[in-house]
Amino acid sequence: MKSIQNNLTPPIYSSRLYYFMFAGFMGLLILLLSTLHVITPGALWLVISLGLISAGVIRFSWELYSTRPEGIKNNGVWFEAISSRKYAAWILAIVLTSFYCLLYWWPEYLGFSEKGNHGLIALFDPLSYLLKNQAASQWFVYGVLYTLAILLFGIKFIWKYRHNRYQLVRTVSVVFFQLAFAFLLPEFMLRMNLPYNDFKNMWPLNYYFFDGWHLQELMNHGRIGWFMLLFGVMMIILISPVLTYFYGKRWYCSWVCGCGGLAETAGDSFRHLSDKSLRAWKIERFLIYTVLLFAIIMTAGILYTYKTGQSSLLGLSTASMRSVYGFVIGSMFSGVIGVGFYPLMGTRVWCRFGCPMAAILGIQQRLFSRFRITTNGGQCISCGNCSTYCEMGIDVRAYAQRGQNIVRASCVGCGICAAVCPRGVLKLENGSVDLHERTNLIRNERIG
Amino acid sequence: MPHIAIIGNGIAGITAARFIRKLSASLPEHQISVISSESEFFFSRTALMYVYMGHMRWKDIQPYETGFWEKNRINLIYNTVQEIDFKEKRLKFNQDPPLSYDKLILATGSKSNTFDLPGRHLAGVTGLYSKQDLERIESLSPKIKKAVITGGGLIGIELAEMFHSRNIPVTMLVRETDYWSSVLPPEEAKMISGHIREHHIDLKLETQLKSITDDGQGSVAGIITDRNEEIACEFVGLTIGVRPNIDFLRSGPLECDKGILVNEYLETNIPDVYAIGDCAQIRTPNSGRKNIEAVWYTGRIMGETVAHTLCRRKTMYNPGIWYNSAKFFDIEYQVYGLVPAQIKSPLNSFYWEDPNGKKSVRLIYDDESRIIKGFNLMGIRFRHEVCERWIQLETKLDEVIANIRLAFFDPEFFKDIAPELIQQYNREQGKNIALRSTNSLNAVLQFFKQSKSNT
Repeated sequence: MKSIQNNLTPPIYSSRLYYFMFAGFMGLLILLLSTLHVITPGALWLVISLGLISAGVIRFSWELYSTRPEGIKNNGVWFEAISSRKYAAWILAIVLTSFYCLLYWWPEYLGFSEKGNHGLIALFDPLSYLLKNQAASQWFVYGVLYTLAILLFGIKFIWKYRHNRYQLVRTVSVVFFQLAFAFLLPEFMLRMNLPYNDFKNMWPLNYYFFDGWHLQELMNHGRIGWFMLLFGVMMIILISPVLTYFYGKRWYCSWVCGCGGLAETAGDSFRHLSDKSLRAWKIERFLIYTVLLFAIIMTAGILYTYKTGQSSLLGLSTASMRSVYGFVIGSMFSGVIGVGFYPLMGTRVWCRFGCPMAAILGIQQRLFSRFRITTNGGQCISCGNCSTYCEMGIDVRAYAQRGQNIVRASCVGCGICAAVCPRGVLKLENGSVDLHERTNLIRNERIG
Repeated sequence: MPHIAIIGNGIAGITAARFIRKLSASLPEHQISVISSESEFFFSRTALMYVYMGHMRWKDIQPYETGFWEKNRINLIYNTVQEIDFKEKRLKFNQDPPLSYDKLILATGSKSNTFDLPGRHLAGVTGLYSKQDLERIESLSPKIKKAVITGGGLIGIELAEMFHSRNIPVTMLVRETDYWSSVLPPEEAKMISGHIREHHIDLKLETQLKSITDDGQGSVAGIITDRNEEIACEFVGLTIGVRPNIDFLRSGPLECDKGILVNEYLETNIPDVYAIGDCAQIRTPNSGRKNIEAVWYTGRIMGETVAHTLCRRKTMYNPGIWYNSAKFFDIEYQVYGLVPAQIKSPLNSFYWEDPNGKKSVRLIYDDESRIIKGFNLMGIRFRHEVCERWIQLETKLDEVIANIRLAFFDPEFFKDIAPELIQQYNREQGKNIALRSTNSLNAVLQFFKQSKSNT
């Protein structure tokens, strides 16, 4: 190994980092200026904006990680304003939350108009025409920015964890599914006059799947529509349980899902902000199963209405149940709080406290999956890195220090606990035998 | 209702308290008090560095929520024991009334060695052991332009990594020919030396600290090495080992040497008084073991042992097969079994190193019987239970090599080093062994089942 005796000062992060950060912010500024109608939308501005953002993030990540040997990069996480709930975090949270509010409830302020877009939405018209030959909607703009965030911060994440192949493969997967399945494929399908469909987005996360209009739309498209319908149902009842049986819910939550994708990439700098207390765990269990129950009742209601034409079930209007669910759970919880609160409560607020899909997969994982995190005998030193960096707020250490395997409904299998462990204690594994025996066994006791 | 008092809330004392509570569930309720002058709540001492580096906050290195202690009826006392009256069975504090006990467990831990280095009392000179040490280093940090660390052990490299995380240049003085070469075999010691330098640490080998110079105001101005090199610095880290923290016990009837002398049941010379963890010195240690082992794991095992003695039946301290682990900057280290720094007859070793120079596997075996004795791992994780079982069962080296994948504990998709390893082994030892096992959990559990029925 070559020695670097001639340069004994530790590399201080170069000032170029600030240039790249500045470039990224300039790209965002263009988006803001076009929202405020300061600049006239045009393809060139869009290219400059997204180009600056992309170049900024990629070069920033390169600069940040390339100067240092590969390894865990958590220095200063609890000191930096952005990642320790200081002023920068609050500013970001307010910006994100406001953006989501506009997006869901006041898209006209972003420039959305049936009669012809202006502002931010119009800025994205050229790209929208390129992809599907239609004007952009607020959802198209959101989709582009969302996908770009996963892609760019996915590259940052890969560079940061380049020593860990599990993280590389997982991140490539989650970026691919966002780019191909959530973004490009549905847009191309619209271009081909087929129904918009994200094949990996299943009920109940996709809560409009059983809406009357959606079922009707699928059926109106003949064979391909029926295939989509059948595939959606098979995902729920067959494909997802089987995959969860073999690999745990991680196959979805941290390898495929778009919400998970954003959390794992753009949200990586906030993963430690999740609440690890027992109290939070209690709230989590209450909330997530309540949402699941709500999703099931709401869906049963709209299916009942679809089938019978009756507008109410047990005295409740199915349409208003559906709209309350859409507003409270679909928009407010998963969007505004789910992403807006990243810098304050960590990245998995929605996945942990609200997502009914995660609830179902979690039950499967807890009851019959082969997946578990094993702990390495007596090597744990109770340092707390695993618990701190668990985005789901699992107190991993509580298990690791007793030598217990971890089988928790909420674990999304991101593998970061195992990555940050300084003593090689944790491993994500799939095995078919004696899951519960091994889980309950406390192996860190010497005296039987 | 016997009252068990435990002095020290480190891993040994807290493990004892937890197990006493757990094991006494069916007995008349024991009253448990844990006294500490260091911190209000138990924290992971080994994680102090991560607080300084900003990986975690102070509360994150406390393994139990504050309500845990009340719920488990473990009474925490944040106070300093001034004196122990062994005759009257009372602990004396400065101001508060004395505390009577029926049984006493001493788990007072260690303190940093300073030897008689000239200048050791200057402001800016400290070890890294306690919460107070960390607070001191934190308060000194804004003024440190350069730090010198002396001692080539586990704490020295932690301090170096801490300062490195804040872009403070570090010079590290190490007496030996390579970092920690008193413990690590030469190749591993060389690997870590190179890795330290890769992080721009000025590693000076075969160099010792001679004296620390005063800036005229009672603070550090610099140091002088035994090669008469002068280095200006504002901080000197003394990481030249620790010793049992038992000064306040020395004048009494308690029999002490370097530590508190205990028998194989962790009993001191005074009835109903036990000593565990870093402060305990075993009178007749198991063969191949030291009489004082200041590591996390032995502290924990001792805590568990003494709890069994107090609540169930008298239990002998048996640390089992040695294991330990650490992390040197980005390179993880694990050891299982017997791994001497110098591997001499009757021992021999097989060593494989990854071309990237940051991963290695060393298998130590008895040259004649070819029985496996130990594992030394750099940048690679091995399963504790598998390695332990192989050593216990006196497995032959060939068998270990053929099934080496059973021990792999690296995350999924990591490079499978087994083919390279076995190829080198076959070449060097003139063998023709084929790989047999996978590293799937099923294969491992199968191995446990089989090896259990064999014993």
